[in-house]
Amino acid sequence: MWQALSRLYYKLGSPKWFYEISGRWMPWFLIIGSVLMVLGIVWGLAFAPADYLQGNSFRIIYIHVPAAMLSQSAYIIMAVAGLVGLVWKMKMSFIVAKVIAPIGASVAIIALVTGAIWGKPTWGTYWVWDARLTSMLILMFLYFGVIAIHNAIESEEMANKAAAVLAIVGSINIPIIKYSVEWWNTLHQPATITLTSKPTMVPEMFIPLALTIIGFYCWFGFWVFARTRNEILLREHRTNWVKKLLISKVTANDSIVGDPETNNRAGE
Amino acid sequence: MNALSIFKRDLLIAFRNRGELLNPLMFFLMVASLFPLAVSPDPKFLGQIAPGVIWVGALLATLLSLDLLFKTDYEDGSLEQMLLVPQPLMLLVLAKVSVHWLVAGLPLALMAPLLGLMLGLPEGGYQPLVISLLLGTPVLSLLGSIGAGLTVGLKKGGMLMPLLILPLYIPVLIFAASAVQSGVDGNSYSGHLAFIGAYLALAVVFAPIAAAAALRITTAR
Repeated sequence: MWQALSRLYYKLGSPKWFYEISGRWMPWFLIIGSVLMVLGIVWGLAFAPADYLQGNSFRIIYIHVPAAMLSQSAYIIMAVAGLVGLVWKMKMSFIVAKVIAPIGASVAIIALVTGAIWGKPTWGTYWVWDARLTSMLILMFLYFGVIAIHNAIESEEMANKAAAVLAIVGSINIPIIKYSVEWWNTLHQPATITLTSKPTMVPEMFIPLALTIIGFYCWFGFWVFARTRNEILLREHRTNWVKKLLISKVTANDSIVGDPETNNRAGE
Repeated sequence: MNALSIFKRDLLIAFRNRGELLNPLMFFLMVASLFPLAVSPDPKFLGQIAPGVIWVGALLATLLSLDLLFKTDYEDGSLEQMLLVPQPLMLLVLAKVSVHWLVAGLPLALMAPLLGLMLGLPEGGYQPLVISLLLGTPVLSLLGSIGAGLTVGLKKGGMLMPLLILPLYIPVLIFAASAVQSGVDGNSYSGHLAFIGAYLALAVVFAPIAAAAALRITTAR
């Protein structure tokens, strides 16, 4: 058991291995995520019953809730990856932590924007200084801080470590911030679904939501893999395996496209 | 070189540059006097926003003075010596942060009643204002040391530091401003202060560790 774990750890630490395995997994994340998203969105928007109180406007929940959940999980993943990088000096986990920051910031923005759109018909205003909204806003600021530190520090290694420290400090603070704003002022409805209790929605509403949530996480996995692979190629561009890979890609493209001149003539 | 000698040295340096000691206080005073000019000089209205204005002013004054926490030591090379001595770096950081609080945070807390007077803060607000500043400004100094450590070697660190640290200040701001508000309304405010105290306890334990880690990262060559 221990041996298998430590072998996995060494493999995960190798950018080349990660590049190969993620290339195989990535399409599946995209396919499964897209199927779930299409199913969940069509079901949620067209077939799920309308809410007795909010009517059809509640249907934005199928984007809003997955984005809000994902933005928080992504922060935790980023902080844990940063911690792993700091403690075990693992290059790959720093790369993952770096690529998550802009993705997490984007889903946080999606959650805020959809929340504002949802707020207009139900609360009569786009923005209120409510606990949930404020803590999501702060979460977005924390993501911005991580991105800013990557932009400000030129040395890649130093930026990785500094961003990891910031992410970890932020993750200790997230519960504090969350509860401080919750006790301060609140209008947002309580969480619709939690892991520990039965959903408060009827199954016809809940199942499409579950589908879109899993779909969002699959898409997140796809984007993390895709961006990590780019980052690996960029950082390892001097190593032999990247050179070989690029040459093989170029020659493969040539054999498909063929000589540009003859192709042009065939097109005329 | 141990924590105590750094404490004495920093205190000595601070009092050798007396002019700089006054800067955060002047900033605090000026920011607070901008609000009556910009918003409204009506005493009733000013009294309502006074708790928040005073706290935001104290927060910004602390933040600006924190930029120099490690910078002068970094520039003259003494920070590198601190990293090398066989002493836990977090204790040295704690010593520097304590001096920062003594010369920047404590005077802000003591000057706050004056600003309360200027802004027409109702009577019940003064006691919670001073206590919340006494408890809250060390938190600001401690959390700020993390940001100062993360940005110490950077040329453009000045603008980055507030971006990194301000989100972490929000809980202190919320509890402190609502403590003062409760005092103004004649309610008990000990619960709010207890939360600031808890945050202070947490920050005393963890912030020096994080700041020390940040210093080791950003000063590595």
